[in-house]
Amino acid sequence: MAETTTHVAEPTRRDFLYIATGAAAAIGGATLVWPFVQSLAPDAATVAAGAPVEVDLAPIAEGQIVKVFWRGKLIFIRHRTPDEIKAAEDVNVASLRDPQADAARVKEGKAQWLVVYGNCTHLGCVPLGQQGEYHGWFCPCHGSVFDTSGRVRGGPAPINLPIPPYAFASDTKVIIGQEATA
Amino acid sequence: MSQHPTTYVPKSAFGRWFESRLPIAGLVHSSFVAFPVPRNLTYFWTFGAILSFMLVAQIVTGVFLAMYYTPNAGMAFQSVEHIMRDVNYGWLIRYLHANGASMFFIAVYLHIFRNFYYGSYKAPREVLYILGVIIFILMMATAFMGYVLPWGQMSFWGATVITNLFSAIPLVGETIVSYLWGGYSVGNPTLNRFFSLHYLLPFMIAGVVALHIWALHVPGQNNPTGIPIKSGKDAVPFTPYATIKDIFAVVVFLIFFAYWVFYMPNYLGHADNYIPANPAVTPSHIVPEWYFLPFYAILRAIPDKLGGVIAMGAAIVIWVFMPWLDTSKVRSTAYRPLYKQFFWVFVGVCLVLGWLGSRPAEGWYVIASQICTVYYFAHFLIVLPVLGFVERPLPLPNSILESVMGVQKGGAGMPAGANAEPQSKG
Repeated sequence: MAETTTHVAEPTRRDFLYIATGAAAAIGGATLVWPFVQSLAPDAATVAAGAPVEVDLAPIAEGQIVKVFWRGKLIFIRHRTPDEIKAAEDVNVASLRDPQADAARVKEGKAQWLVVYGNCTHLGCVPLGQQGEYHGWFCPCHGSVFDTSGRVRGGPAPINLPIPPYAFASDTKVIIGQEATA
Repeated sequence: MSQHPTTYVPKSAFGRWFESRLPIAGLVHSSFVAFPVPRNLTYFWTFGAILSFMLVAQIVTGVFLAMYYTPNAGMAFQSVEHIMRDVNYGWLIRYLHANGASMFFIAVYLHIFRNFYYGSYKAPREVLYILGVIIFILMMATAFMGYVLPWGQMSFWGATVITNLFSAIPLVGETIVSYLWGGYSVGNPTLNRFFSLHYLLPFMIAGVVALHIWALHVPGQNNPTGIPIKSGKDAVPFTPYATIKDIFAVVVFLIFFAYWVFYMPNYLGHADNYIPANPAVTPSHIVPEWYFLPFYAILRAIPDKLGGVIAMGAAIVIWVFMPWLDTSKVRSTAYRPLYKQFFWVFVGVCLVLGWLGSRPAEGWYVIASQICTVYYFAHFLIVLPVLGFVERPLPLPNSILESVMGVQKGGAGMPAGANAEPQSKG
């Protein structure tokens, strides 16, 4: 036991073993982190609960906004008045923060129906309908302003209210969570 | 602690037997009995003890609350009402815990600004100071997650707004947020994990506090003059001097604490949090707890999502660099006539930011927040570095003793032994 290893300039077999052991431990440790991180992601039940929902549009009066939930997220369905549609269309698209024509935000021939996510794109509050400078939405939390097309027109929100996937099953019925198949 | 050789001598045979196996009594003796404390410390140096007490108080009240609380989105709100109405003294335990968080932050802000005023963050206490910043960040995370647990309107929307801060990160932001939530919005998985972490973090704070105290006992405490202990005459032993003073300060602080708990237990909260969480409606005016308001004002001052989040984070992270941003060789602001004025302006700006954070984000409030935010950062990035070069500090006393007793000329007019080393007193 009196003999201890003496330092040699050349890498030895022992140096190789140190590195190999260290590498195996590091890779093993990193691999073990994976399941723990993944457990934080939306679980299978939550994903399964994201099945499409059907909404009957018939009771929604002109000018009314209804709130529905899909995958736990709030969605606005707005029955726009002709004035609101006109206001949304008569905008210089190039002047917008997140340029998008109104026609690209509604289904063709269904300009009266606007379907958007109901959480402000800034920090997730629920904007108040028919309020703000453009009578679209106004977010009470940090002052973001949206127009009648759900496009951001002021305040800290970086992008427009996003459009969820949805399709018209008939003139008075939409299925939220399902892309149009036509 | 190893810097200060213990004078502890066990008196009993069992004491000697135990000490040779686990020298913990000697450690306590050298750290909290014989430890030399500057003789000129003011009550501003009692907040360490007050904070240690508050940490223990929060853990004890929290452990009891956890016995009655249900971390489930469908039951959390009801279980808190159950604690308030049915559990024996549940109202008291909950009010102690909820107001205790505010008291904790009052004490920590006084502790932090005492450190800013007397230059405690400067060499050789940088590591001690940075550990303190880490404790503060852990405290903020713990307080935020605790506020979510009652699952009222402010809980829910506070959680939504704060977790959405991470969505500002380019490319991976949305993924990170869904991993924080465990879903596509704040919901039951979010509440579960916040409860788990809210229980864990105080023990992590306790761990960092142990390091903080360890790091304190290497250079010893700073003091109102900012000059180090040069001889035994500058110091008194921790026990009884600091021990009694700390206990007295804790008692006075507890009277203040009790006033809030018994006379206005809901003053520092929001009425909206007595409305169960509703994911379809945001409260008309959403504000965080008072202790986050200055940072919240900075977040809202920047009219850009990512920029606002970065500014808010930077407002705390910039503290870490203070020991190097401050170029002045003089620690205590008492000897820095120019900096003293800037210091109080900075305190004022922080208070105004706090008030602005409680106002709605509109009109001149936004402009005022922007001006204050610019000044906040200018204090660190311009005032601290430049002043060290242009300011002429006042002459420092030769010793702590001299600052207390005046310059000694033979000791006339002073009680016998007043300037003697404490161990030779009495």
